[in-house]
Amino acid sequence: MILYLLRRLAVTAAILLVICAATFAIFYLMPADPAQGACGKACSPERITEIRTTLGLNHSPLSQFGDYLTGIVSGRTYGTGEHAVNCPFPCLGFSFQTNQPVWQMLTSRLPASFSIAVGAAVLWLAVGVAAGVVSALRCGSLWDRAAMTAALGGVSLPIYFTALVLQYLLVVQLDLLPYPQVEPLTTDPVGWAQSMVMPWITLAMLYAGIYARVTRGEMLESLGQNYVRTARAKGLPEITVVRRHALRPALMPIVTIFGMDLGALLGGALITESVFGLPGVGKLAADAISSADQPVILGVTLFAASFVVLANLLVDLVYAVLDPRVRAVG
Amino acid sequence: MTLLTVRDLAVEFRSGVRAVDGLDLDLDTGRVLGVVGESGSGKSVTSLAVLGLLRDAQVSGEIRFDGQELTALDRRALRRLRGNRIAMIFQDPLSCLNPYYSVAFQIAEAYRAHHRAGRKQAHRVAVRMLDRVGIPEPERRARCYPHEFSGGMRQRVMIAMALCLEPDLLIADEPTTALDVTVQAQILQLLRELREEAGTAIMLITHDMGVVAGLADQVVVMHQGRAVERGPVRDVFHRPQEPYTRGLLACVPRIDGPLPDRLPTLGAIT
Repeated sequence: MILYLLRRLAVTAAILLVICAATFAIFYLMPADPAQGACGKACSPERITEIRTTLGLNHSPLSQFGDYLTGIVSGRTYGTGEHAVNCPFPCLGFSFQTNQPVWQMLTSRLPASFSIAVGAAVLWLAVGVAAGVVSALRCGSLWDRAAMTAALGGVSLPIYFTALVLQYLLVVQLDLLPYPQVEPLTTDPVGWAQSMVMPWITLAMLYAGIYARVTRGEMLESLGQNYVRTARAKGLPEITVVRRHALRPALMPIVTIFGMDLGALLGGALITESVFGLPGVGKLAADAISSADQPVILGVTLFAASFVVLANLLVDLVYAVLDPRVRAVG
Repeated sequence: MTLLTVRDLAVEFRSGVRAVDGLDLDLDTGRVLGVVGESGSGKSVTSLAVLGLLRDAQVSGEIRFDGQELTALDRRALRRLRGNRIAMIFQDPLSCLNPYYSVAFQIAEAYRAHHRAGRKQAHRVAVRMLDRVGIPEPERRARCYPHEFSGGMRQRVMIAMALCLEPDLLIADEPTTALDVTVQAQILQLLRELREEAGTAIMLITHDMGVVAGLADQVVVMHQGRAVERGPVRDVFHRPQEPYTRGLLACVPRIDGPLPDRLPTLGAIT
């Protein structure tokens, strides 16, 4: 088990390195000049040369990549003398447009993204899985058809549409909620929850639909298994048969997609955050893209990718705990 | 004493298939009734009907167990009977055991469904049952999962699970079909011993005439949802009255007879 864990950690590190290299290569190949972007509009050629030296853009691509990796591991300093800019560990780059290390920008945006992702995840898991289970148990009933139609609707509606309709209904028409803005959970829990309700519903509608359909399909399959018949033949109460023998196997695929979805969302819910104007990682990415702030785009990409990769690792480890057959192989 | 009486049993699935059509069965306490027939003759459906485990099906007729009419029982009463007084083992034990739980848990679960017992006590019962059905090192093997067992061992686990509550009736639906021949013999020997020790009546459902000959007292031959012939095993095997039974018996290749060019088939006979 420990050997398995070490092997998986090594593979994860390797994947992250590859992602890092690939992202770096894409930005290196892009036509836009980062020095130009950092310099602003009124910019003399001398100033550009100076910035190029500060950013290390006059070095070879490989040595630039080396500097970037070193920065992640131990921090780095851009330029020398009085213009020197310090970027402490872990340095994912420095935004000369905002004069901030990218890591600092990311971490300041993380609480909002985290609140949105985790809250929405709780909501969609509860609603999606419950609806899926009931649908499977009453397969073909009116409830089943209604729930699956609703699920299809939830999956099909684009986020920006749901978000705007929600805002119009809840804020403008019914005046139930304030316009969303992030209140810290620690100082104003009620305000925090109020600001998060709409993003949660918006995201949960999308994901709950998918989860309901997956849960229903998996439940129908596991309910038809021979071991469920055995459980009934033992004289177990139907609720135990469903929960223990049908739901548990059905939840395994849910664990997989849940890990992926949550990991991806922690790296920023771009559209949701933009529509509601919430300062999360996704909003940061959107802003960085529109102002062509390359170090930030690079940083967000890496950051989001690491969440997905780490979530993947976590899912595999959880699998080993949940499924005795996987445990044996590991 | 009659333990199980089935009268005029009919099972019709929602799809319109009539799997069992006017079947009568009688099984005495402590005896073994063999139910034989080809695939689709309604044997397994009959056993599931007795336990009330059929879904999407219309069951009519009488199923009387120890004086109780099972078709009239509500779900709760039926559930209390299942596993406790009527237990069942199936073919293909791998798919019948839940891969996510240890074998001891699955046996203990059956025990706890009908007894007020703590986890530890139920676990001890499970270990004792594993020992009784001939699992070596039962203490250690109890914590293993079904995929860590061989086919024969899994069927022993199923039998342990079925017998931990000392049922009056064990329905064995093709208990040896998925197993190789030597393991089949061991499982049959185990069933024979259990029947002698605990006096459990067994309804043995199989298409294997050899299995019936080795274990059953009485036999019912089923064809297209009906009983075509019944009687003591010896009589039915040596003096089959019905052409269908003769055909079924002729389909069993004999090791001590001349080898025919082609094995007989039922289609050619009936």
